[in-house]
Amino acid sequence: MTHLHPERFGENARAALGDEVLRGALRKATGLFGRQRGAAVAEMPEWEALRERARAVKAEALASLDVQLERFEERATANGIQVRWARDATEACEQVKAIAERLGRPTIVKSKSMATEEIRLNEHLEQAGHRPVETDLGEWIIQLAGETPSHIIAPAIHKTKRQVGELFAEKLGIPRSEDERELTRAARRALRHSFATAELGITGANFAIAETGSILLIENEGNIRLATSMPRVLVALVGIEKVIPRLCDLQVFLRLLPRSGTGQRLTSYQSLISGPRAGSGDEGPEEMIVILLDNGRSSVLADNSLRESLACIRCGACLNACPVYRQIGGHAYGSVYAGPIGSVITPGLQGLEKTAELPFASSLCGACREVCPVKIDLPALLTRLRADVVEGRAPGQGQRPRRPRRIEKAAFAFWRWLASDPVRWTLSMRVARLAQRAGLDRLLPPARAWRKGRALRPFAPRSFRERWKEDDRRGR
Amino acid sequence: MRVSLFVSCLVDQLWPAAGAATVAVLRKAGCAVEFDPRQTCCGQPAWNTGYTKDARALLKRTVALLEESDAEAVVVPSGSCTAMLRHAPTALGGEGSWSERAAAVAGRTHELSGFLVDVLGVEDLGARLERRVSWHDACHGLRELGLREQPRRLLKNVSGCELVEAPGCEECCGFGGTFSAKHPELSVAMSDEKIEAIEATGVDAVVSSDAGCLMQLRGRLEARGSSIEALHIAEVLASGRGA
Repeated sequence: MTHLHPERFGENARAALGDEVLRGALRKATGLFGRQRGAAVAEMPEWEALRERARAVKAEALASLDVQLERFEERATANGIQVRWARDATEACEQVKAIAERLGRPTIVKSKSMATEEIRLNEHLEQAGHRPVETDLGEWIIQLAGETPSHIIAPAIHKTKRQVGELFAEKLGIPRSEDERELTRAARRALRHSFATAELGITGANFAIAETGSILLIENEGNIRLATSMPRVLVALVGIEKVIPRLCDLQVFLRLLPRSGTGQRLTSYQSLISGPRAGSGDEGPEEMIVILLDNGRSSVLADNSLRESLACIRCGACLNACPVYRQIGGHAYGSVYAGPIGSVITPGLQGLEKTAELPFASSLCGACREVCPVKIDLPALLTRLRADVVEGRAPGQGQRPRRPRRIEKAAFAFWRWLASDPVRWTLSMRVARLAQRAGLDRLLPPARAWRKGRALRPFAPRSFRERWKEDDRRGR
Repeated sequence: MRVSLFVSCLVDQLWPAAGAATVAVLRKAGCAVEFDPRQTCCGQPAWNTGYTKDARALLKRTVALLEESDAEAVVVPSGSCTAMLRHAPTALGGEGSWSERAAAVAGRTHELSGFLVDVLGVEDLGARLERRVSWHDACHGLRELGLREQPRRLLKNVSGCELVEAPGCEECCGFGGTFSAKHPELSVAMSDEKIEAIEATGVDAVVSSDAGCLMQLRGRLEARGSSIEALHIAEVLASGRGA
């Protein structure tokens, strides 16, 4: 199992930068996603209006989340769904485990779900002797490899065909191949067997609809269709922020999400599931359970600015657009949620004790905000979390950052003191110029860091203000 | 039009030629230029690194200084500092009347290329430069201020100058203020991708509107042994004047 270390972001990033195979795979995949997204968006003149609408619907849902959730529970229950609530990861895992235990030793098939990754459900089930099988191809690959996803919608984005071929040869005992059709066929053979014998299906949900008590799942591989219809019992793990008020809101999100994620006009499958089978003539699972997961979300909700991050529909567009993510991939972030949104969500959900590096893992270029289908102001949220780190605050109910930044703090305070007075400022700049000429800037860590791979621009012999003053004296 | 120049720390100390060029360009466009030498830093590096208290103190100082001038516009040869000043009303929210005062200043603060094209309606400054150049969209200018066409129009009107677009011209150069020192390897890797695209176009220079990006790009170009220059747009627009 990959160990997640967000506190070592810097180290992780440097290691990733040295991995040319990883960077090649990332460049190819994020480039393709980005281009396809661009084309899919360009053909929609109403794109901006749709984003505004989506943002408004999410804001409405979050502002009335208590009401929406209770409505969802009421309608879902009326449809025959058992609705459970889980305060945190442990509660959610225990609930799923209890269901599995009730079924004996069921064959468990899972669809790709970030919520189950977040709570490490597989680990929990495996410790109890169960063997959940991931059925999304990418997710199955990383399960075989014992890794965590490195992208929200493309969990194995960091792997090349060659690596997958080697992995399959090792784990499945098939001849090594780099032919994607051959590899997919091998995966299908193995997964079909799991589906055919599955007794428990576990999924997440893209949306939970309060009005109808339904959940919506979108996908391309058909594995969710199978995982939700073949097993006798279906469990959906749904973050409480996934609820939207009305069925008709889907017409907004179904146009935004696939286009933003993969650049598709629509995914191959949309499964709207409103309950277990009604009778012998009906289809679907005999029993359906929805677990509504909090795990830190309600404290993010209580935070006026971070609340916005709960509007995320997990399309992954901000990862593909992020120049930092594209260089290093998802594992460097040490969190199941990577990239710009991950650097906001992870500290939001966990606090800053271990995640204080993440808000700084960005150049604040704003490319993420530009592509976000629900217009989350990610640079503003990253900046806000940076301030939390600096001031030793904890977002929501999470943990405070561990390390006080004494030297940096003193440096900024000193710099502010210099900049608060024009004489001090001008003098200090002259001193800095002389110090640089004498080579003393080598003692300064930021200058040393800069010189890793870059020439440091020298202070100009005469600053602009000095030139201006001289021109003034000469009477222009 | 009377304009007040907010020159920005980096231009003041590291790229003063761009400051002088900004003055020349503004005068050529018919403006009377004022410069208050009491100006220091707007506080943006502190703001972006999370030192909001330090940033607010400097923002207030800058707002107070700029509101003293009755010039019709404040012009900044940097999209990044302009964006900070435009953001000042929000950043100073909850500080009494400061937010309104900041809003009044923000309302007449413009980045150089945006000011020339959108406010003055000037696109041809009679500049001349025999060079093939590529434009780098500085992130804050592009995404906070919406400056995409303005600098390009200005460059296209520089006689002798050929603008060659590099793929990925809108991508971050890797600077990101303190990011460049916190994550130097990452920052350089981002630059390299950008520089490789620029090199492939065969241009002589990369032009941008932010001294931070220029410092990053030129610093990396130099380390790679490249002869491609990094020029501030003001330098290009002021070149060959009087010829």
